[in-house]
Amino acid sequence: MSVAIVQFPGSNCDYDALYAFDSVLGVPARFVWHKETSLGEAEAVVLPGGFSYGDYLRCGAIARFSPIMAAVKEYAANGGLVFGICNGFQILCEAGLLPGALVRNAGLQFRCQTQTIHVEESTEQFNRSKLGARLRVPIAHGEGNYRIDEAGLDDLATHSQILFRYCDATGNVNAVGNPNGSISNIAGIRNRAGNVFGMMPHPERVVEAFHPSVDGIAILRAFLASRLVVEQPGLSQPIALAE
Amino acid sequence: MPAALPPNPDPVLNVPITPELVRKHNLLPEEYERIKNLLGRDPALTELGVFSVMWSEHCSYKNSRKLLRGFPTSKADPNAAGQVLVKAGEENAGVIDIGDGWAVSFKIESHNHPSAVEPFEGAATGVGGIIRDIFTMGARPVLLTNSLRFGDLSSPAAKRLFRGVVSGIGHYGNCIGIPNVGGDIYFDPCYEGNPLVNALCLGVLRHDQIKRGTARGPGNPVYYVGAATGRDGLGGASFASRELSKESAADRPAVQKGDPFMEKLLLEACLEMMAVPGLVVGIQDMGAAGLTCSTCETASRGDSGIHIELDKVPQRETGMNSYEILLSESQERMLVIAQKGREAELEAIFQKWDLHAAKIGEVTEGHDMLVTHHGVPVVRIPAKALADEAPLYDREAREPAYLAGTRAWTPEAAKLPDLDLAGARDALPQLLAHPTIAEKRWVWRQYDHMVQAGVALLPGGDAAVVRLRLGGRERLLAIANDCNNRFCYLNPKRGGEIAIVECLRNLACTGAHPLGMTNNLNFGNPYKPENFYMMREAVAGLAEACRAFDIPVVGGNVSLYNESPSGAIDPTPTVSIAGMVDRIEHVTTPTLKTGEEAFILLGGWPHELGGSYYLGVRHKLKTGDAPALDFEAEKKLHNFVRQQIRAGRVAAAHDVSEGGLLVAVSEMLFSAHKTFGADLDLRPAAEAAKAAGRPFRLDALLFGESQGRIILAIKPEYSRALLRSAETAGVPAIALGEGQGEAILKVVAPGRGGEGTLTITWPVGKLRETWTDAIPKAMDNT
Repeated sequence: MSVAIVQFPGSNCDYDALYAFDSVLGVPARFVWHKETSLGEAEAVVLPGGFSYGDYLRCGAIARFSPIMAAVKEYAANGGLVFGICNGFQILCEAGLLPGALVRNAGLQFRCQTQTIHVEESTEQFNRSKLGARLRVPIAHGEGNYRIDEAGLDDLATHSQILFRYCDATGNVNAVGNPNGSISNIAGIRNRAGNVFGMMPHPERVVEAFHPSVDGIAILRAFLASRLVVEQPGLSQPIALAE
Repeated sequence: MPAALPPNPDPVLNVPITPELVRKHNLLPEEYERIKNLLGRDPALTELGVFSVMWSEHCSYKNSRKLLRGFPTSKADPNAAGQVLVKAGEENAGVIDIGDGWAVSFKIESHNHPSAVEPFEGAATGVGGIIRDIFTMGARPVLLTNSLRFGDLSSPAAKRLFRGVVSGIGHYGNCIGIPNVGGDIYFDPCYEGNPLVNALCLGVLRHDQIKRGTARGPGNPVYYVGAATGRDGLGGASFASRELSKESAADRPAVQKGDPFMEKLLLEACLEMMAVPGLVVGIQDMGAAGLTCSTCETASRGDSGIHIELDKVPQRETGMNSYEILLSESQERMLVIAQKGREAELEAIFQKWDLHAAKIGEVTEGHDMLVTHHGVPVVRIPAKALADEAPLYDREAREPAYLAGTRAWTPEAAKLPDLDLAGARDALPQLLAHPTIAEKRWVWRQYDHMVQAGVALLPGGDAAVVRLRLGGRERLLAIANDCNNRFCYLNPKRGGEIAIVECLRNLACTGAHPLGMTNNLNFGNPYKPENFYMMREAVAGLAEACRAFDIPVVGGNVSLYNESPSGAIDPTPTVSIAGMVDRIEHVTTPTLKTGEEAFILLGGWPHELGGSYYLGVRHKLKTGDAPALDFEAEKKLHNFVRQQIRAGRVAAAHDVSEGGLLVAVSEMLFSAHKTFGADLDLRPAAEAAKAAGRPFRLDALLFGESQGRIILAIKPEYSRALLRSAETAGVPAIALGEGQGEAILKVVAPGRGGEGTLTITWPVGKLRETWTDAIPKAMDNT
């Protein structure tokens, strides 16, 4: 069993993700080429950052048609753990595995900086007592402005699906701390069932002592230790758990 | 006499070559005669086009090559670390050993003219081109930097170019996933209308992975891989070899359009292909002069002939003729010479990446580059004639008339009033607000500088440092860019020397020792004797400094004709030096850590005003001689700083450069986590001036740009030991004072003429705001 990291044409954080899981967390990880139709034996699936298909049409819009995505959807439907980071998050939204969409940053410019994010109370793994109240994680995107309609936003709140919100350095969730105009400062979410996760910041870039922080380690561990929060109708097998 | 070629399949190309056509191809009448002699007949129009791009300055270096021969291309000490494995000029980029069987390949290249006309695409394709130069060598690119020059930021044209160039560089690097980790940016009216965009890429490879741009082995297939050919960038190399004029906007078809996604695929596919033992005989990117250049250069290097059929070249436009296909500079294309019989292996790799891999010809016996279109020969030229037999010139050189006046200028003779208390207080924020000195976060937050998760020193430091994992071992690679155009304008030779030495000083401040240098020579039209003089002197300065420090030159680029209707740019030989840091603990930043550090100034009190930003900002003057430079003193200084860093005594290090001593001190107080203060006593400077027999000037002390100065911030308990070590090392060291937790900068200095004392204080928060906000404010975007 290992973490399957999907490589799309244009993925460019694939090696960073591999290194973070494999060398830092000590969890075996391997690449799966987007033209494959099977994920193989995987305890979790990661869609890494990058510019899949050059972001043509819309970020993630073409990648969702890659052959491997059918397997990713099936894997998620069976309760498997899926994590989309940056472009991976955009692909999950385009593929309908997560609600909402990511559009151009409010300031129109690409933004790369170490960003403080506020941890929300979401699951047994993603909450303030496990992760702390604030984390420092880099962002690097031109289209990270999270959008969802009002009903969808209510839904996210009602079901505690918001994982992280952008905040200022002291933890205030406000306009100053919002780097891209995301609605309600949303930086990361999960699906209702609690097995599909997406975030724009890059946890795989903050896992070593010389990085701006090591907060990525806790996030990646929280992902691997996640279990379903609601029973999913039609779930054919229990999800794999990494202890 | 060899027979003329048969008529070209496209009738529009069958025209007699008139002197007017020759002139339009930027060829001199004597160059045309040379072409006729080499061919033994009149060239066809397509051939004339091929000669015009290959003999353009951009490809042939015809006006600069003789000067470049002065550069050391290997290390003088054959036993030192960091030997050159592939020399400058041999291949697309040079390669230097970094030990353990690993090496680095790096190079800087300009895209000035395209960026002046179309800043976003011009800058983006500049980045794309230099990345291809590096992965062509077999290296995986790990970092990008750039040296940018723009006109005064108050001009709307300069803002437009600045915005477009930064956005274009960011777009390409961000998409392809190679971090943009640093660089340098200057704003000066001399670049109005003619910005400089010099992009650098560095890659890593094992010694056994080095690839060559060589066509060898008759019968070996020649492959075209990557994007299809269109009419864009037609004749870009010759476009870059002319002055910019009002008509340049009409040159827009000569600016290429970049596709970083295509290049990412090409990069991965080529690296995958090159990793297969014995599959690739030679590889070269199609950059300037596209298919023409890659074909004749690989054949020339391999001492072979080559035949290509244009009908097999993937094309994205219909009806292209031989002239257009050969001269197109469409981006993201490579030429690969494969081992015969292994075609299927190569094609499978490109299929995986959904890329074209078209067999367009083969290596042949003999030495001719033969191009056919619809079965008809359209070019038959000895490959070496194109690649290596361009004319080389010694141009006439004449010292510009203004230099006698600026060199003789002194503040005393000019009766320049020295600063008083109020003047000194105002000057510091004025300098911090100058866009050359102000914070560049507005720029680098648009670049993904963290992808590949290796950046160990964020942009904004003296040099960038990137952590690499090579064969299971961690290596720290540093890189610095530099070139102060004002010093080159006032003293081209010393300006060139200063560019090198400041780069070395920057590396020392981060804890790095140097490996090798790449340079981009940006000058005006070499046919003007004053311009050629400036280039000759600046190159001599670079070469002399490289020899003094045993820094090999591993390659670079020459960009001439940098002139706009308002005249030539200042001579700008941008320099970049790569280096290594031994251990991650040695990576040193310019900012204080606790606010309790002591400041030690190394190298003596600054006392020269020539060419300083202070003269420009306060007196609207660009005059004086460039500051003095002492190679031996610099060597001692750099070694001492590295030694103190290794000894663990240094909390922060920063060199004194644009803006002088107080700008350097201020920048040391602007930590990412906190704004600190400092309490400095500069009174001994008056005594020192008297002892040296020169008049004391407060402006020169606070804001002069004397070379060879580095400020260290150290724990106070190390002060005595460090001062003692400095004495032993022969490095002048002066205790300036201490840092403060409270954000107040207090400076006690001698008064005018060295009499009495002045106490000046600044709230550092305000200074920082000025420094941080200058560029975002100018760009209407905070």
